[in-house]
Amino acid sequence: MSRAGLTAADAGLVACHACGLVMPAGSAHDGCRRCRAPVHQRKPDSLQRTTALVLAAATLYIPANVFPIMTVVSFGKGQSDTILSGVVAFIDAGMYPLAMLVLFASIIVPMLKLVGLTFLLISVHRRSRWRPRDRTVLYRVVEYVGRWSMIDVFVISLLAALVQLGSIATIVPGIGATSFAAVVVITMFAAASFDPRLIWDVMEEES
Amino acid sequence: MDDWTESTPGIPVMDLAELVACHDCDLLQRRRPLRHGERARCTRCGAGLYKEQHDSLDKTLALTLAGVILFVVANVFPFMSFSLEGRVQECRILSGVMALVADGKWVIAAVVGLASFIAPLLNLLLLLYVLLPLKFDTAPWKLPASYRVIEILGPWSMLEVYLLGAIVAVVKLSGMADIGLGFGFHAFAGLIIVTTAAGAVFDPRLVWNRLARVT
Repeated sequence: MSRAGLTAADAGLVACHACGLVMPAGSAHDGCRRCRAPVHQRKPDSLQRTTALVLAAATLYIPANVFPIMTVVSFGKGQSDTILSGVVAFIDAGMYPLAMLVLFASIIVPMLKLVGLTFLLISVHRRSRWRPRDRTVLYRVVEYVGRWSMIDVFVISLLAALVQLGSIATIVPGIGATSFAAVVVITMFAAASFDPRLIWDVMEEES
Repeated sequence: MDDWTESTPGIPVMDLAELVACHDCDLLQRRRPLRHGERARCTRCGAGLYKEQHDSLDKTLALTLAGVILFVVANVFPFMSFSLEGRVQECRILSGVMALVADGKWVIAAVVGLASFIAPLLNLLLLLYVLLPLKFDTAPWKLPASYRVIEILGPWSMLEVYLLGAIVAVVKLSGMADIGLGFGFHAFAGLIIVTTAAGAVFDPRLVWNRLARVT
């Protein structure tokens, strides 16, 4: 072992997720003795759960991008927008900062989450010892950035509330929006079910 | 206070309350006193472990109370208005959810309702419910469960993301009609500032330290 230090698991201790109390692993069967939250040495079935959720999100990512997220009906004419066509519309209108924002939140962030989590899952599965600190930082980025992809979902809900002028103009959310909201929610659960301590567990073993 | 007597070779017997285990890499570290505003980071992976704030309870309580007031104002007054050819449509924060429900879009309605209304409101109310009694040296009923709900709801409260979404919606519609920002919009922006500040000054350790003192 190259590094001086001891993990809680090595020491027969376990820390509560909710309140941070460190206690002997044997005393934690009924949950944390301070806040009574369930206590686990590692998140239960972390790899299986995260893999299942990532696969589900990746599947829904296709309809989210292919189908319209909303349709603007104006004077009997309907015009559908997908996530990508929304970005293109901002570029055509010369609104580059907004195009960047939507591109980042709706396209880059979900991709980054799916690719990042897949990479983390594979690296843990293969018992990789490569740059554990950087991989932990990647996990923290994936976990933090996920909420920002909700922007488009909120935009659609506000447009649907505001633009209700009967035959003049009405905005109707499409199936793409439902799929996209599901992708965001499922990837948030996926990030929460991944346990970054698995990245480090292999480092404790003799190589 | 309990001694950790099952001593592992190489580790001296020490008090468990002095230890902190990194939530990201599980490294055991000894707690050290920090100065006001400082934050302890894991020596191995850099995760934030704990922080030190003077008067954390009073500051968090004040900001949370302000947050509850701003939350009510933000939801009572109009958020935005949209006028086109003489017709004016006003909306509040919950109007989006209601429009989605009316349209049968239950999934998005639930997600938007949770992220923009239910999670932030419950978060504010539960924080008050936990901190106010502790301020007066009593423990509220079911404190541990209430605190855990706050922790679980945290990531689902997306006020700042919602505000950015509102700005995108304004720009999107500005070519098509006249968009006005209502009083609710400004209160909502204030709410974000106040809740972010509350998150920054809140030190969760105070909950457990106070609880240990009053029970």
